[in-house]
Amino acid sequence: MTASDLRALLTRRREPALALLIVVLVVLIGIRAPFFVSIDSLSGVLTDTSILMMLACAEMLVILTRGIDLSLAANVAFTGMAVALLSMSYPELPVVAYIVSALLIGLVLGAFNGFFVAIIGIPPIVVTLGTLSMFRGLVFVISGGEWVNRHEMPDIYQMFPMETFLGLPHLLWVAVTVIPMFWLFMNHTKAGRSLYAIGGNPQAARYVGIPIEARLFMVYAIAGMIAGLCGYLWTARFAVAYTEIAIGFELVVIAACVIGGVSIAGGVGTIPGVVLGALFLGLIANALPVMGWSPFWKQAISGAVILIAVVLNSRSHKRQGKLIVRRDEATAS
Amino acid sequence: MSATRETERYTVADKAKWSVWSIFQTWEVILLTLLVFVFIVNSNTSPYFLNTYNLADATFNFSEKAIIALPMALVIIMRDIDISVASIIALCSMLMGLGAEAGIGVPGLIMIGLAGGVAAGMFNGFLVTGLGLPAIVVTIGTFTLFRGIAYVVLGDGAVTTYPAGLRFFGQGYVFGIIPFEFILFLLLAMVFGVLLHFTVIGRRIYAIGNNPIAARFTGIAVNRYRFVAFCLVGMMAGLAAVLLTSRIGSTRPNIALGWELEIITMVVLGGVNILGGSGTIPGVVIAVLLVGMVTFGFGLLNIPGIIMTVFIGSLLIITISIPILVQRLRDRARLRAQQAEVGTD
Repeated sequence: MTASDLRALLTRRREPALALLIVVLVVLIGIRAPFFVSIDSLSGVLTDTSILMMLACAEMLVILTRGIDLSLAANVAFTGMAVALLSMSYPELPVVAYIVSALLIGLVLGAFNGFFVAIIGIPPIVVTLGTLSMFRGLVFVISGGEWVNRHEMPDIYQMFPMETFLGLPHLLWVAVTVIPMFWLFMNHTKAGRSLYAIGGNPQAARYVGIPIEARLFMVYAIAGMIAGLCGYLWTARFAVAYTEIAIGFELVVIAACVIGGVSIAGGVGTIPGVVLGALFLGLIANALPVMGWSPFWKQAISGAVILIAVVLNSRSHKRQGKLIVRRDEATAS
Repeated sequence: MSATRETERYTVADKAKWSVWSIFQTWEVILLTLLVFVFIVNSNTSPYFLNTYNLADATFNFSEKAIIALPMALVIIMRDIDISVASIIALCSMLMGLGAEAGIGVPGLIMIGLAGGVAAGMFNGFLVTGLGLPAIVVTIGTFTLFRGIAYVVLGDGAVTTYPAGLRFFGQGYVFGIIPFEFILFLLLAMVFGVLLHFTVIGRRIYAIGNNPIAARFTGIAVNRYRFVAFCLVGMMAGLAAVLLTSRIGSTRPNIALGWELEIITMVVLGGVNILGGSGTIPGVVIAVLLVGMVTFGFGLLNIPGIIMTVFIGSLLIITISIPILVQRLRDRARLRAQQAEVGTD
C-alpha cells in the first residue's frame, strides 16, 4: 500500500479514520493512565457503550431512509418501566420472558411510529416528536410516577446484564450478537440494501419496484424493537426504573450516527461506522475521570466532536458527488 | 368565470373563489375552536379556571417558550430547524450569572443575555449557511456544545446572586395584573406577524421555503435571510434566558432542559409545515395559548404535567393526520367522479 493509497483510505472512508483515531486516543490515555488499557477496563468501556451502539444502529436504519426517530429514548423508558413492572408482578418468570416481552412492547411502539410515517404519510420528525411526548408521559401513567427500585426487582431480572459468560458480561454479548445481525441485514439482504436505495433516491427506488411503505414501516418497527430490548437492559443494568430514564438520549444516539458518517440527508452510512461513532462518544465519557478531568467537560467535547464530524461528512459527500464511480471500484465494492 | 385570465394555451385562475365556508377550513379556525372547547371544558371542571388573576398567572408557564416559538416559525418556514434553543438559554443564563457575580447592573445583564443569544445564533447561522451544513445536525451539535459550555463553567454549582432590579422582567406585572412576560410576547407576536404577513421580507421568507433555488434565481439573498433568522432565534432565546433567569432567580446548567422539542411541537401544532413553505404567526400564537390553557386546566385538576405531554403528543399527531386523511378521501372521491364521467361519455 502506497502513501497515497493510505491517504485515500483514510479520507474517503470514515471507518478506518475513526478506528485509527480511537486507537490513538486509547494509546494516549494509556500513556497517562496505564491501567486504562487493561482488558477489564476496556471491556468496561465497551459494556458501558453497548446500549448506545445498538440504539445507534437502529437509528441509522431510520436515518438512511431520510427519516429520523426522536422517540427511541422515550421508548427505552416506557419499555423499561413496563418490563420492570412485569417483573415486579411476576417475579418467577425466566429472564427470556422479560426479554421477549421487552422486544414485543418495543416493537408495538415502533410499529405505531411506522404506521403514521409509512401509511398516513406524516413527516417522521413530527410523528416521533409526538410519540416522544406520548411514550414519556405514558411511563408516568403506567407507573403512577413511582420508581421501581432494586429490592422490588427479582434477582434474575437485574443480575442478567452484568453476569459474565467467558469473562464478558451478558450486556456486551447481547451487543456482540445484535450488531453483526444488523451488519448482515444491511449488507446481505435485499430488504437491507433497499434502504440505501430508498434514502439515495426514493423515486428511483419506487420505479425499480421497492415497496417503500412496507420498508419504512419495517424500519420503524425494528428500531422500536431494539429500543425495547435496550429498555430492559437499561433498567436491569442500573436496577432502577423511573420516568426520566434516558431523557435526552435520543439526541446522543443521533450524534453517534453523525460521528459515524451517517448523512442526515439519507442513503449514506454503515454499521461499522456507527458502532465506531458510538464507541468514540463512550470512550470520551469513560476517559475523562481516568484522566482526572471534570466529567462536566463531556458534553462540551461531544458537541465539538459532532460539529467537526458534520463538517467532515459534508466534505466527503461533496467529493463523492463529483466522482463518477470507476469501473474497478464499482465491481470491487 | 370572471376571475380567470386566459392566454393562448392556459386558463389561469386568479384566486380560489371566496366563500364563508373556506374560512372555517383554515388551520387557525380549527385551533381556535379547540381553544374555545378547552376553555369551556376547563371552566366547567374547575371553578378556579375563569378567574382573571389565575388566567393571567397561567401565562408564566409558557411565555418564554412562546417568545422563542415566533422566530422558530420563520426558521422552519425556510426549511431549517434549530434544536439548540434551550441550550442557548443555558449558555446565556450562565453568562448572565458570571456578569452578576462580577457586579454588573441590570441593563448590563440584559445586554449580556441578548448578545450571547445573538452570538450563538450567528454561530449556528454561519455553520448552516456559510458552510452549507444541514441545520438539524448542526444544531444537534450546538445543542450539545452550548449546554456543555454551561456545564464546564458552572459544574454542579449555581448562581443565585442576581440584583433585585432584575426581578421585574420575569415576575413583574403591567397594569397590576398582566405579567410583563406575556405583554412582551404579545408585542413580539405582533412584530413577527406584521413582518411575516405584511412585508416584502415575509413574502420572500415564504418564497424561500417553497423553493429555495427558484427564490435564489429571482434574486433573493436566500442565505442572508436564513442567517438572520438563526440570529433572531438566538436573540429571542437570549431574551427568554433573561426572563427565565429573572423569574426563577437562579442559574444551573440544566436550566430549560428539553424545551427545544416543546417549542418545536408548539410551532408544528400551530400549522407550520415542518417541510417548510407554509405557516402563520396567528396559528402559532393560538397553538401556544392552546397548549398553555390545557396545561393550566390540567394543573387545576391536579393532573401532573407529565400526563399533559401525552395529551400534547396525541394532539400533535391527530391534528396533523386529519387534514391529510381528509385530503386523501377527497382526492379519491374526485378520482371516482372523473372515472364515472369518462364511463358515461
